[in-house]
Amino acid sequence: MMTLALTRTLTRLRYGVLLALTLLIPTLSPGVARAELQIDITQGNVNPLPIAIANFYVPDAATGHFGNDIPAVVRADLERSGLFKPLDPTSFIQAPAAMQVQPNFQDWRVINAQALVTGDITAQPDGQLKVEFRLWDVYAQQQMTGLVYVTAPANWRRVAHLISDAIYKRITGEDGYFDTRIVYVAESGPLTHRVKRLAIMDQDGYNQRYLTNGASLVLTPRFSPNQQEITYLSYYGNRPRVYLLNIDTGQQEVVGDFSGMTFAPRFSPDGNTVVMSMAEPDGSSNIFTMDLRSRRVSRLTREPSINTSPCYSPDGKEIAFNSDRGGSQQLYVMNADGSNQHRISFGQGRYATPVWSPRGDLVAFTKILDGTFSIGVMHPDGSGERLLDHSYLEEGPTWAPNGRVIMFYRETQGDAHGRGVHDQLWSVDLTGYNLREVITPTDASDPAWSPLSPLIH
Amino acid sequence: MRLNTFGTKFMVVCAAALLLAACETTPEKAAMTSGQGASSSTTMAEPAGPQPGTEADLKLNVGDRVFFAFNKQDLSATARATLERQAAWLKKYPNVAVTVEGNCDDRGTREYNLALGSRRANAAKNYLVSLGVQSTRIKTISYGKERPVAVGDNEAAWSQNRNAITVVN
Repeated sequence: MMTLALTRTLTRLRYGVLLALTLLIPTLSPGVARAELQIDITQGNVNPLPIAIANFYVPDAATGHFGNDIPAVVRADLERSGLFKPLDPTSFIQAPAAMQVQPNFQDWRVINAQALVTGDITAQPDGQLKVEFRLWDVYAQQQMTGLVYVTAPANWRRVAHLISDAIYKRITGEDGYFDTRIVYVAESGPLTHRVKRLAIMDQDGYNQRYLTNGASLVLTPRFSPNQQEITYLSYYGNRPRVYLLNIDTGQQEVVGDFSGMTFAPRFSPDGNTVVMSMAEPDGSSNIFTMDLRSRRVSRLTREPSINTSPCYSPDGKEIAFNSDRGGSQQLYVMNADGSNQHRISFGQGRYATPVWSPRGDLVAFTKILDGTFSIGVMHPDGSGERLLDHSYLEEGPTWAPNGRVIMFYRETQGDAHGRGVHDQLWSVDLTGYNLREVITPTDASDPAWSPLSPLIH
Repeated sequence: MRLNTFGTKFMVVCAAALLLAACETTPEKAAMTSGQGASSSTTMAEPAGPQPGTEADLKLNVGDRVFFAFNKQDLSATARATLERQAAWLKKYPNVAVTVEGNCDDRGTREYNLALGSRRANAAKNYLVSLGVQSTRIKTISYGKERPVAVGDNEAAWSQNRNAITVVN
């Protein structure tokens, strides 16, 4: 644990000095004037943009594999987004070494690439890698963007994700989400005695690491805004309470040490407050906040009903939650001080797990109607409900930091003996397209998407 | 009740045998109990039932759990009758403390079900308290949909999983 924490801290420090410089080059003479290459990601079912991501040129044999490895990660990132169609590298005509000055665009037009990514990697005297890439508009014959990163070789996957983010942003106009991580609950063992562990991984499923050992039941992890901490529910000592876990140091502390069970925690956008539910002796559950600096506890709801799954708006001024105070489980919004509690969902069925989009314009939720579970979105005033996916059992939506992709977990229906039950993570575009399974080593549930790293963006 | 006619030591032996067979205690507890048994008499007889005042006794002779309708915490007539037997049993063994565990089927969302399980556990506890059992003897915990007793994604399993189970601390 100590070694892991130390490694992580060192990695963080290296990220701190990871350099990103924009590569400026003279604009090449454009051919025919044409509209700039771009993707409108607000439209569903777009035709994925054909993009050629060439292997990077690496003069040094010892680090030569990075020339294949980094572009492979970029291809996988962009392909999974559903917005890009990375072309098969075996179809490429021009070799990486030949593109050092400028690609021969004709060679890329004949394979129908609209965008082209080239790059090179050079080992520095201090052992660091300098990774350069350029994104080209093949038809306009222009560089669209170019960046250089200097980092330790161990960070090579992260550099690849940063390149993916830069390409995504340049072509879609939106921030990317590839340099992010997912914390989730890894599940194993029989359904009646499930072992659950907190786990963390890169958004593409690599760099898996377990954060707890499975001795205590753990549920619902959520990132702090600075990514360094997770708040979650643990049954440690058979007392279900809200905890904080520092990912780097492994240090844990109790937040919700109240008389009753505390659960359903989330951070405020500034990271200074945790909002959560507490179970009360009359059987009700109400919503409280704890200021992490002063440890002051405030009650936000006082109802003889269930009030849970609170989630702050990104400006910190409001909190969405679900309550059955009106007879059935519905979505509500209140001010962050508990005032102005009002219902926002009025459709058929039960509504649960409201999660505010990082952009603030939508609330994702779980809907239960006629035995089917759906993931949907609506505006914070309750208008514009749209369902993105449905199945036998799915819940727990979490947003990519750019507010364009939602991850959740699905449980498949088993037979009468409980065989065939699997919990898996899935992601879907806000448009409802591009439904993808997120591959994990074990069954998985309760995903939470990290923000973009504040150290580099 | 037939056990009351036997000696105390013998009851310990019986209980130890039953508990070990059922694997219902932690290894530490089981080892301790069997140790006591080994040092006692050599009398042999078939165990006639669980030791009174134990969880096994509660389960077999009283009924350790009550069941609920979907998304409800209301106590049915059957549930109230079970809790009335539990209250009488708790009064008979005043040194026993219990925990009521609230559980749900998995046809709800995780966090809501944690709250619903708490509601069910407290509904059972509060009825026991209304029957004269000291509140301090009864803890509650909710497992939401995390601890199903029956697997199988159908109503038969779900109805088993919507429960409040009283366990001896």
